[in-house]
Amino acid sequence: MSLAVRQNKSAWWLPGGISLLAIALLAGAPLIALIYAASNLELLSTLSEPYNQQVIRFSLYQAALSTFLSIVLAIPLAVALSREPRFFGRSLLINLFSLSLVIPTIVAIVGLVSVFGKSGLINQLITMANLPAFSIYGLQGILLAHVFFNMPLAARVLLQSLENIPQEQWRLATQLGLPGRSRWRFIEWPAMRPQLVSIAILIFALCFTSFTIVMTLGGGPRATTVEVAIYQALRFDFDLNTAVALALIQLLLCSLIMIVSSVFGAHSAQGISSIKTSHNSYQATGHWINVIIIIIAALFLIVPLISLLLKAFNPAFISILTHAKTLSAIVNTVTVALCAGALAVATGIGLHVSARHLRLRLHKLWGSKALQLAGNIILIIPPVVLGTGLFILLRPYADVFSFALVLVVIINSLMALPFVLRILDGPFLQAAQQHDRLIQSLGITGLARWRYIDWPHLRKPIAYSMAIASTLAAGDLSAIALFGSERVVTLPLLLYQRIGSYRHLEAIATAVLLLFLCLSLFMILQRVIGGKADA
Amino acid sequence: MLEIADLGFNFDDDAYHFDMQATADSTTVIMGKSGSGKSTLLNLIAGFLTPNTGDVCWHGKSLLGLAADQRPITTLFQQHNLFPHLSIWQNLALGIQPSLKLTADQQQLLEQSLSAVGMAGMQNQSARTLSGGEQQRVALARCLLRQKPILLMDEPFSALDDATRESMQEITKQTIATNNLCAIIVTHNSNDAIALNARTLTLENGQLNDIG
Repeated sequence: MSLAVRQNKSAWWLPGGISLLAIALLAGAPLIALIYAASNLELLSTLSEPYNQQVIRFSLYQAALSTFLSIVLAIPLAVALSREPRFFGRSLLINLFSLSLVIPTIVAIVGLVSVFGKSGLINQLITMANLPAFSIYGLQGILLAHVFFNMPLAARVLLQSLENIPQEQWRLATQLGLPGRSRWRFIEWPAMRPQLVSIAILIFALCFTSFTIVMTLGGGPRATTVEVAIYQALRFDFDLNTAVALALIQLLLCSLIMIVSSVFGAHSAQGISSIKTSHNSYQATGHWINVIIIIIAALFLIVPLISLLLKAFNPAFISILTHAKTLSAIVNTVTVALCAGALAVATGIGLHVSARHLRLRLHKLWGSKALQLAGNIILIIPPVVLGTGLFILLRPYADVFSFALVLVVIINSLMALPFVLRILDGPFLQAAQQHDRLIQSLGITGLARWRYIDWPHLRKPIAYSMAIASTLAAGDLSAIALFGSERVVTLPLLLYQRIGSYRHLEAIATAVLLLFLCLSLFMILQRVIGGKADA
Repeated sequence: MLEIADLGFNFDDDAYHFDMQATADSTTVIMGKSGSGKSTLLNLIAGFLTPNTGDVCWHGKSLLGLAADQRPITTLFQQHNLFPHLSIWQNLALGIQPSLKLTADQQQLLEQSLSAVGMAGMQNQSARTLSGGEQQRVALARCLLRQKPILLMDEPFSALDDATRESMQEITKQTIATNNLCAIIVTHNSNDAIALNARTLTLENGQLNDIG
């Protein structure tokens, strides 16, 4: 059978080819350098050291526990939100669930510390009740922060499943007079169950490779993950042997997670699409229980951010903002964000343009999928592993720290690429599926196609993906922690340094500054690139 | 003369084999159940699919080596004929000049083709605002504008209400006659063949049968 059709002599392979080449150079070369370096090292003896084994065990343990807690708490929240379609501020809360993508991890950590920390609100209440104080540092802090980020993500995905239940099922349930328990058993649980495995794998992968949370709230010998241990081996101990050994273990474990995830259909950037609201129309059961669950979840998410904002406007605020180091960090952060965002979006568009041609014109579905999969390589090569590879690759030729920002841009663009690909996937395919034959029959190609057909359709998704990619890069600590120095800092690194030196007020002011910078970038990029609504 | 000779195409478990001829200045309606291969035949003629065997010739010359836009063919699809975010003028102009820089003659031709389908003076209107019937008329105007001798129509009236359907059938009939087109129209509605006064072929089990 031959489905391929004769084409105009368009270089359909060129955009994807350039993107693949970029990925091969930026991710493949460091990976090869890492594997090559490993062949000269005594890996087994390094890995058999008790400390390294403890690190691997702890990484798996904290990820499993974080996943369990996030999902167990997300299920009642999703059900409560589904059962209360008219709850005041419901859509605001659901939108807040997506903000975990935009809020830099380190900013949320500062917020959590201000509520759950030694002098935070929770410990004040605990002290009043004569109970032992809660420490946010160590495993419990890591779990708390992981639940803060991942419980909303899981709730959002599960809520989407509940919102997808056809109206007829609710009407039937009402007509049959099914009580709340039966509705849960026969309607809600079956709708959510298929999502549980994939969302669990996604959260496990995110927690397993979590860097900022573990470095800030864990970090001690008893609460260190592989990701942080690689960083410590590279930056503090200058122990290349351990760094490479752990990087390879991390690579192996991430590959396993990716294989399991692809078997169960988990998506790297799930939860970034908007929720279709088709509220169920039946009488809510357990109204007050639902309301209490929603209020507790809302407080858990909102209070740390409000606490952060309230504490930010302290006497040191203005002087911190105008400090030369802060200004330099702002410039570096914006530069990294825009360059990484642009690189990720350009690479993503290149892959999608060629993948679209492979899929729709040449009917090579697997080729199309493989091309897009190449962009997800960062999911098996975590940023710190990629950084280690780049370090090993470039060290013989140059002072790696002298071009830190370039390396940070490279790592951040690859980190954002899976999100960009996922955001653009639907719009690219949808636009092409509707009009591809018309475009083919009219012979619209190249710049004319891009200008009159693709850009008007894809402008908003491109703007959204650029906003997400840039915001992720602006808030990332992992790459800059590896390559940054006293001379080259971004706001997340400056914030980390201020937390580390116990300059609490300065840290809070810096966190709020970073938060505003990320939110501003997110909104401005969407407006500037995406244009006005319904443009 | 359009000649479809020994045209074979396999897809999954389905095997199609087409043989037919259609003269210039003629209308052929192809009928058949859903999934019988009507659209597949149009896609093979238009160049959206490549056959396994056989040939598609126009006046004795094979079209198989040509890309879809280089064939002497213009196609009207069942839906999605217009780019909704563009104006009527842009939708039409894209059919002849992708850069949208039209010469005075091309502009005049564009206006004539719009008039021919009863849409004169609506050039600046957004395609998004048009009804289903108006969209099909604009798409037909673009087919005219492209001045290709073969017109393929894939279920062109199926998404229209009865009144619009009748008016669109009349416009199509006039357009084909005025421009001496070789029209091949796929439909599942026998009234279309009667309204267009067309020769009718049926498609069953992957084979075409002439029923007059």
